[in-house]
Amino acid sequence: MLDGVKSDETLLEVNNIEVIYNHVILVLKGVSLTVRQGGITALLGGNGAGKTTTLKAISNLLHSERGEVTKGSIVYKGERVQDLDPAALVKKGVIQVMEGRHCFEHLTVEENLLTGAYTRRDGKAAVAADLEMVYDYFPRLKERRKSQAGYTSGGEQQMVAIGRALMSRPETILLDEPSMGLAPQLVEQIFEIVKAVNEGEGVSFLLAEQNTNVALRYAHQGYILENGRVVMEGTAQELRENPDVKEFYLGVSDEGRKSFRDVRSYRRRKRWLA
Amino acid sequence: MLKDIFVTPFADMFSAPDFLLQVLWEGLVSGVLYALIALGFVLIFRSSRIFNFAQGIMVVFAALTLVGLHSFGIPAWISVVLTLGVMFVLAVSIERVVLRPLVGQPDIILFMATIGITLFLIGFGEIIFGGENKVMISEELGIPTGDTVLEPWGGLLILQHLDMTVVVVAVALVGGLLAFLNYTQMGRAIRALGDDHQAALSVGISLQTVWVLVWFIAGIIALVTGIAWGARAGVSFALEVIAYKALPVLMLGGLESITGAIIGGLLIGILEKLFEIYWGQPLLGGNTETWFAFVLALIVLLFRPQGLFGERIIERV
Repeated sequence: MLDGVKSDETLLEVNNIEVIYNHVILVLKGVSLTVRQGGITALLGGNGAGKTTTLKAISNLLHSERGEVTKGSIVYKGERVQDLDPAALVKKGVIQVMEGRHCFEHLTVEENLLTGAYTRRDGKAAVAADLEMVYDYFPRLKERRKSQAGYTSGGEQQMVAIGRALMSRPETILLDEPSMGLAPQLVEQIFEIVKAVNEGEGVSFLLAEQNTNVALRYAHQGYILENGRVVMEGTAQELRENPDVKEFYLGVSDEGRKSFRDVRSYRRRKRWLA
Repeated sequence: MLKDIFVTPFADMFSAPDFLLQVLWEGLVSGVLYALIALGFVLIFRSSRIFNFAQGIMVVFAALTLVGLHSFGIPAWISVVLTLGVMFVLAVSIERVVLRPLVGQPDIILFMATIGITLFLIGFGEIIFGGENKVMISEELGIPTGDTVLEPWGGLLILQHLDMTVVVVAVALVGGLLAFLNYTQMGRAIRALGDDHQAALSVGISLQTVWVLVWFIAGIIALVTGIAWGARAGVSFALEVIAYKALPVLMLGGLESITGAIIGGLLIGILEKLFEIYWGQPLLGGNTETWFAFVLALIVLLFRPQGLFGERIIERV
């Protein structure tokens, strides 16, 4: 039933958090979720549902955007972490890969990867070994190691961003919208690598994604966000088989062809979901 | 007239190559110093988008502190170390008191804040060390004063030992900085921060550390330029003007480019000297060095607003 989750141990616990931007804009209206050790947890939902904000609340990148967690708590391995700065969190093993990739354009691919090891103090040899580890997962990056990251393709930049996060030796990667702007084949490739890293390095993932279909195929657990609230949660399999998810997010319906009546029922259910 | 502009200067250069070498050498000496100051600007601008108006006064402040400490009876080299300490404290306090509270504010506000820092340093320096002109303690620091005379092509080339020391130290400092920026974790962090603040935060690079560091580097640069220029022209608040020569260097080289700052600095140093000797003095009555660099920068801006070496904005379609 657990669909491949390796342990039941809770790594990250987000309890009923509320996030306000600029002191006035309420973006998250009470989001709770848990990330289990060694699993891939998907955070699904449309534009503006609050996925990115949730990830940034956890990684504490909200502050630089004038956002603030005003209610609730974020607990990582039994410790409250919402007052730590991003650097302290990276040292604890939680790192975010931001939406839209955000490479350091004028640094080479290899320099980009090395910046990921900024917080590490375990010596050059260990960092060099991890660089090879990253190149094993992303052979493409090894070919392009000397190119300026700004001139690499979108897929390569996504690989740089994930590889850079891996260089910090994380326990948990908060991965924001890895499929954004990528061709379906590349999306599949990126997700395969995420899965390989998850299984090979034991890194847990919290993955925000609009592409419900792909995400639910690779994730173990899933949460669906709408308007800053969690409206549904379960194992990936439960979500895949849920008729509402099928209809609203996966675009398939049990009844086959849509009629006008289904549209009405869509509206009705949508209201119920929100 | 046209002959005076286009023919005579080149004929002069050709007929007296030793004098040309002398002019180029003197241009190079000021050039490396301009380059050094411009580097300080570039580092601060790249990592925090602040155009540091206070760079000039930092040169004066560093030189004043050094001379002032020595005049209290502290040995020269210990004064240097103490001055570095003062520059570090300055960097930390600027980060704490000015940058941190203003983070995320529009660029113009940060720019105004650096003008505030400038005014503060002028006042503070005067209160502690007095406003009168001072003499740089070059002898105590062991800066050589003699000169070497060379005779290329039977001519005459005089190389001041002071100038030679300045060039060697400045080149070493620039080389050291480049190596630091390119091959160390902290240097990469500084460059990364210049590219993408958010991403730098996300990998755990601390803004505060980087800011203190770049301001401290700017402080070290200020001290070196302060000593070099102070040794030639004395230590006074007029030194500040020299740092403003870095502005045309930046326009020429581009605000964000490290190589641009170096090449721009050398270029301006050499060109303004050449122009002064071969065109300025015979045709315009001299004293062109005060404005030549700015006019040159203006012309460059008209044709290449990002500067000659401004970091290309990488745009992918």
